[in-house]
Amino acid sequence: MSSITTGLKGRAELGVALLLGVVGVLVFLDANGLVTPYSQSDPVGPKTVPFIVSGLLIVCAILLAINVMRGGTGEAEGGEDVDLAHPADWKTVLPLAGAFILNILLIDWAGWVISGTVLFWGSVLALGSRRYIRDGLISIALSLLTFYGFYLGLGIALPAGLLEGIL
Amino acid sequence: MDVWSSLMDGFATALTPMNLLFAVIGVLLGTAVGVLPGLGPAMTVALLLPVTAALEPTSAFIMFAGIYYGGMFGGSTTSILLNTPGESSSVVTAIEGNKMAKAGRAAQALATAAIGSFIAGTIGTALLAVFAPIVVQFAVSLGAPSYFAIMVLALLAVTAVLGSSRLRGFASLALGLAIGLVGIDSVTGQRRLTFGQPLLVDGLDIVVVAVAIFAVGEALWVAAHLRRTPLHVIPVGRPWMGKKDWARSWKPWLRGTAFGFPFGALPAGGAEIPTFLSYVTEKRLSKHPEEFGKGAIEGVAGPEAANNAAAAGTLTPMLALGLPTNATAAVMLAAFTSYGIQPGPQLFSSQGPLVWALIASLFIGNFLLLLINLPLAPVWAKLLQLPRPYLYAGILFFATLGAYSVNLQAFDLVILLVLGALGFMMRRFGLPVLPLILGVILGPRIEGQLRKTLQLSAGDPAGLFSEPIAIVVYIIVAIILVWPFAYKLIRRNRPAKSPLLPANSGAADYSD
Repeated sequence: MSSITTGLKGRAELGVALLLGVVGVLVFLDANGLVTPYSQSDPVGPKTVPFIVSGLLIVCAILLAINVMRGGTGEAEGGEDVDLAHPADWKTVLPLAGAFILNILLIDWAGWVISGTVLFWGSVLALGSRRYIRDGLISIALSLLTFYGFYLGLGIALPAGLLEGIL
Repeated sequence: MDVWSSLMDGFATALTPMNLLFAVIGVLLGTAVGVLPGLGPAMTVALLLPVTAALEPTSAFIMFAGIYYGGMFGGSTTSILLNTPGESSSVVTAIEGNKMAKAGRAAQALATAAIGSFIAGTIGTALLAVFAPIVVQFAVSLGAPSYFAIMVLALLAVTAVLGSSRLRGFASLALGLAIGLVGIDSVTGQRRLTFGQPLLVDGLDIVVVAVAIFAVGEALWVAAHLRRTPLHVIPVGRPWMGKKDWARSWKPWLRGTAFGFPFGALPAGGAEIPTFLSYVTEKRLSKHPEEFGKGAIEGVAGPEAANNAAAAGTLTPMLALGLPTNATAAVMLAAFTSYGIQPGPQLFSSQGPLVWALIASLFIGNFLLLLINLPLAPVWAKLLQLPRPYLYAGILFFATLGAYSVNLQAFDLVILLVLGALGFMMRRFGLPVLPLILGVILGPRIEGQLRKTLQLSAGDPAGLFSEPIAIVVYIIVAIILVWPFAYKLIRRNRPAKSPLLPANSGAADYSD
């Protein structure tokens, strides 16, 4: 079991190298597509730095791939609330990301008060709280408070959405 | 004296009731986020950027100053009361501090950390006030070639010196530089990396990038590995120290300050090296070496002072050269830019009152920390027990709110999620986040200096070496880059003793 997991983890890190490589190629292609006449006042032009960055990305991608193949691994970041003893818990992360995406979809149409409530409530539930009613009330209170706080205190009008006219 | 009168003017600005209120808010907020896991001062300043856009820049920066020092203070509280330090700079504090707390001396550990931080912060800020104008005098004579060289040095040094893997540091830096490229090129008006997406034309907002990497990435990462059994928080009363503790603390405070400030002021800065040096020194000089490892007060006093002095030192290149070397300073630099203020040597002449008010408020913030936080320590200890679902849901909630309120467009939230996933991946695979943030913020500035340099030399690359300072800096850059190879050679010729660096450190990484 453990050898399979370490093998998979080693391969997962190659994904980082792949990402670096892909970004590097993208930066290169994008810069290559720029058309600029040579100008005396700007001998460097808009392409040079992207070319350097893309080179750095691709070199890093290759070196990282070699490093990972040779058994090098990045050290996962610790922290007060981080317990690296158990593997990544996707049952928490995916619903959390789901709540986040729901907020993106809802915010302009339903307004911040509704989407913010969904975001906070969904996140709290995803993170393992089981006091549905209390959490729901806290979510609504937070969304309302920030809505009015931003409007009255900062002059930033967050979208009211469906509740337009009520708030 | 010129510095003195400017500083007094600064105090006059900072001590108006309104600004004093912002200082208090900043200090409280800073300590709270420093204490709470998952939040840091850099992220807090980033989140507050849109909120403070309506304020006077002076008030905003006074608040940021409070958050900056408060965050340091809060970090030490966490590492003493919970054995797991949140920031790398308080790792050393946790060694002795938590042992002291377990032995029932939490009050003394917190007291020596707080008073030491106050003393180091005050001396450090005084040194900042004296040295920053000197650095400025030197810096106004520098042209674009030197600036370009110094910025390259700062980026390379932060990437190569800090963190455990140089390769992963450079990968992070490259990603940051790529993110910094997105948007319209300021010289030619060409669109770079926008992929035909009009919303990307203005570039990625630094608030969105910082909040995504620091807050969303962190929340997702912690969610994936949330500790099921909460850590035990050691209860604490009001911090105090006996006569013996004072006698054992004051020298480590001063020595720690002496270590911290110069390291902070260097472009590679950071608080890790000076805190470690301070710990080793105190262990050697102590009259009670047997107590080290069991809760020696010197081992808290010295490193905490070093930590705070380094924080003050970091502001010297930030204010005098526009060169940030830690995450909070980088975000503060972005804040200057968002107010339309150009950081750099001109800052002291063009925005003198603002800069001196900022420095004065650092003194005030330090004093407030001591005044407010000694009695509040039990409250901060309670804050550590906040249920984690609320904490991390709250971080996501406010991250979303902060990022959305910059431009009020849902598209920014998509970017927030994408870059948050990037932050998650970086934490998973040990890519440090600081080089990325510095790359995003400094990348466009470096490009600007490069183009100015070659414009002056009409495209001749020799222009890069046209100033003596630039040449000196390039030599230092070369030494930093070559050092791991040289180190390996030395080690190969001499049979290795115990390796000083951990197995996965930079020296090992470039071996291929």
